[in-house]
Amino acid sequence: MILILILYLVLALALFLIPKKLSKGIPFPLAFMQLVFFVFFISQLSLVETEKARIISIEWIPYLGLNLEFTLDGLSMIFVLLITFIGFLVFIYAQVYMKSYAGTTRFYFYLLLFSGSMLGLVLSTNFIQLFIFWELTSVLSFLLISFFNEKEKARKAAFQSLFVTGFGGLCLFVAVLLIGSIVDSYMFSDWLDKAHVIKSDPRYLPALIFVLIGIFTKSAQFPFHFWLPWAMQAPTPVSAYLHSATMVKAGVFLLARLYPVLGGTIEWDYIVTFIGALTMLVGSYLSITQVDFKLVLAYTTISALGILTMLFGIDTKLSVKAALVFLFVHAFYKAALFMLAGYISKQTGTRLIPKLGGLMKFTPWGFVIALISLLSMAGIPPMLGFIGKELIYEAKFDSPWMSSILIFLGVTSNVFMVAVSFLLLSKVFLGQSKTSIKSHNTKYKLLLFSPGILAFLSLGLGIFPDMLTPIIEPALNVIHSGNFQIKLKLWHGFNQILLLSMITALLGLLLFIILNRYKSVIKVWNRINSQIFSISFTNVFFKGLDRFISFSGKNTRLIQHGYNRYYIITIILYTSLLLILQLYLTRGWEIGLTFNLKPFYISGLAVVIAMSVFFSVFSKNIIFTISAMAVTGYGISLIYLYYSAVDLAITQIIVETLMVVMFVLVLQGLPKFASLSSRMAKIRDGVISLVFGTIMTIVTLKAITVDFNTSISGYFVDYSYLKAYGKNVVNVILVDFRALDTLGEITVLSIAALGVYSLLNKRK
Amino acid sequence: MNSVILQIATRYLKVLFLSFACIAVIRGHNYPGGGFIGGLLAALYIVYSSLAFSVQQIRRQLKVKPQYYIGLGLLCALLSFMPSLVSGAPLMKGIWFTIDSSIIGKIKLGSPLLFDFGVFFTVMGVTLLFLFTLSNHK
Amino acid sequence: MEILLSALTGLLYAGGVFLILRRSILKFIIGIIFLSNATNLLVFLSAGIVHGKPAFLDGVESDSGKLADPLPQALVLTAIVIGFGIVIFTLALKYKFFITTSTNDLDQLKNTDV
Repeated sequence: MILILILYLVLALALFLIPKKLSKGIPFPLAFMQLVFFVFFISQLSLVETEKARIISIEWIPYLGLNLEFTLDGLSMIFVLLITFIGFLVFIYAQVYMKSYAGTTRFYFYLLLFSGSMLGLVLSTNFIQLFIFWELTSVLSFLLISFFNEKEKARKAAFQSLFVTGFGGLCLFVAVLLIGSIVDSYMFSDWLDKAHVIKSDPRYLPALIFVLIGIFTKSAQFPFHFWLPWAMQAPTPVSAYLHSATMVKAGVFLLARLYPVLGGTIEWDYIVTFIGALTMLVGSYLSITQVDFKLVLAYTTISALGILTMLFGIDTKLSVKAALVFLFVHAFYKAALFMLAGYISKQTGTRLIPKLGGLMKFTPWGFVIALISLLSMAGIPPMLGFIGKELIYEAKFDSPWMSSILIFLGVTSNVFMVAVSFLLLSKVFLGQSKTSIKSHNTKYKLLLFSPGILAFLSLGLGIFPDMLTPIIEPALNVIHSGNFQIKLKLWHGFNQILLLSMITALLGLLLFIILNRYKSVIKVWNRINSQIFSISFTNVFFKGLDRFISFSGKNTRLIQHGYNRYYIITIILYTSLLLILQLYLTRGWEIGLTFNLKPFYISGLAVVIAMSVFFSVFSKNIIFTISAMAVTGYGISLIYLYYSAVDLAITQIIVETLMVVMFVLVLQGLPKFASLSSRMAKIRDGVISLVFGTIMTIVTLKAITVDFNTSISGYFVDYSYLKAYGKNVVNVILVDFRALDTLGEITVLSIAALGVYSLLNKRK
Repeated sequence: MNSVILQIATRYLKVLFLSFACIAVIRGHNYPGGGFIGGLLAALYIVYSSLAFSVQQIRRQLKVKPQYYIGLGLLCALLSFMPSLVSGAPLMKGIWFTIDSSIIGKIKLGSPLLFDFGVFFTVMGVTLLFLFTLSNHK
Repeated sequence: MEILLSALTGLLYAGGVFLILRRSILKFIIGIIFLSNATNLLVFLSAGIVHGKPAFLDGVESDSGKLADPLPQALVLTAIVIGFGIVIFTLALKYKFFITTSTNDLDQLKNTDV
């Protein structure tokens, strides 16, 4: 399993090595590879049935007790099969679909990496590792949505989806850490063993809420659903793969995975069921009034995801079984429809339903596929969708609580679904043809291959649903630990569920006829919609974002005002404040030194230096200022000399001299001294500097009186001659005892010199 | 500045200045001096002579670019660590050996001296580079 | 004497701060020189001042108690040279700034990144 994951990564990187000429043929081998993996995993199916789970674990960070752990059990098997199989079809589809665009290598790189990380996600049973894959899929989704990054809308959509799913990812991470802190492990097996501990812990509820936020953002549940319709800016293969069949199902996967750990409590049941049911209703309701083919599909996807979530909330064996079957149902018909939508927009140049019509004549095969898929979506026998819907109804009947409300909501939502299916069918394929297929392009024929296979599965598995049982059974056993035998049948006999299905279909047909005949109904509907949903989530999202940006912009401008002086003032004032505080706390003004002026010539020197400081501060003439500065420097060097620092004195004198020469050199190019500051500013700065100067005086006095530990210096003096054969202790420290420091210092000097050189050197 | 006195004086001061700088480095281990002071002194000579002539003229006369001095200096400083590495002592331990000849007497040579010369060349190169770049730009 | 020298250090700090708060390029740089001198003096003074006992050993015997502390001297020695490097670098930076914007006013730095 790990080899397969690594293969995905390596191959994805290797794509860039393929020369341009051959890059057109990339997807076929990749599709074939996905097919091989699919077959490989199918062959593992019997293993999963008998052994229950196959675990590979590798040491990762042993001192944190983290191991990389990959588990192939019934649950991950379902998703693995979906990912590889749909992946196979999508790559074939993309071969034709993406041909005319630039940057296809990049596209396949993302897509392949996505396949790999999605596989990693479903195979991980270490939750830290799972989180990493989870975020990877979010990022790749971002990159794929923004594939047409020259379009502003695509960029916005991608950003929005990343923002929402990234936010959810962080919430998930918080939850993982919370539960990890309860159990003290990140392994799924440990979590499972201590499920009852987790559920009784006070941290359970926050953890649950964070997990669910993560799941709901990923699976586009209300109120986070708004990013999914926008994500339709992505190329169609991406919509079919990520945003209907796999990535958005990652949330559902996590629900199923965590169900044995976190599920079964009242909080879980209520929140998950309620949000799921709400999403189901909102999705299907909003889908009716959409005019873009892909948007219709997007909203029905939201609805389907809602159904899946709700089923995990109902929390019975029947509901989980229904969810697992519906997973396949939805993946088959929705991916097929997305691909078909892509095909139609390629052929006609539009995806807007009002502009389409009568396509049956042009693409009879397309019509057949659409017919099967839409019937499956509507839940009409003998399609697989019918079985899925029957199971859902059954689960709702069986629900331990609120069964009637759930059934009512479900029927309402399904009525919308039926109506949408018929609307799509009639408006796009029947009726008058409004657009002609321009040049009956045969090169797009291959686009029908993948949806064809999917439609065939929708039909075939509908008639022989038992083919699915070997896949579903192990998964069910993982989620609801135990051994279950299930049977899937198309024909359940006459009972209340069948009755319900018939009512749904009839009501849906009625709605469709009304909508089709009386155009004004839709208009009224639209108006009501805009009244109810006057706040568009997307608008709120972007407005909030804008506000945040302008808020932080204002703050930044306040702090980062761009005036050098004020930065310095801030630093100086703050330092002064801290020093004053420290002096006040330690009563630092009490210094046991006596004031004297001996010897008088040093006092005189100090006075000269002080005068030259004043002079250079207040002088208006550059030359005078610089001379005064030099006097200060020379004066200080005399102080060094008097107080036993010969080397310092020499260095200071030479440096001062050099400095003056350099100043004079640059001076020729610089303007005259300008008096730029106002009088007020000068007074203010004067006060600040005097305060700072006073404080520094006290600090210096403290530094003199505080007795430092002199043992190091003593060592240097004692051993300077004995060990380093030098009589000049200062020099010995520089070149022997602390030579590494000196090396650092001359390096700094060299860098400063190179900096000056590169700043001012004229390029020839 | 076209002072003939200064121009001629620099010519004769050259030997004095540079040898003084070198001596400052060598005696630095026992008496006032050392790499920093020596390097600055050597640079000071170049600054004087460029006051006497012009920076461009001096620059042309100087055959080695100041960057090379910096490189040479850093190289010397790094090389001075080599003896301690080779002899297996702790890094940067000064290694000394004595040349005892009857003619010139005892001379002690050691890796710290090499290091000091590294400092000397670096400081000189840095100062020269400052001087040349600042004056080059008008 | 310590008190007078400390006051001198404080004065150098005050002068340096006042100068780096000016808008003119050259005053700014001179301010930096003052600050670096003041800090050197502070480090130097912190070890205590000893007259006429430089840290030179006369050969065999050593009497570490009486000599001036060599460690701050070594620190300040490199600090002087590094300070020189910093000042020249700032000089070059400001000079470049002047050439690019042809203004002497440091407040104009603000307008260059618009």
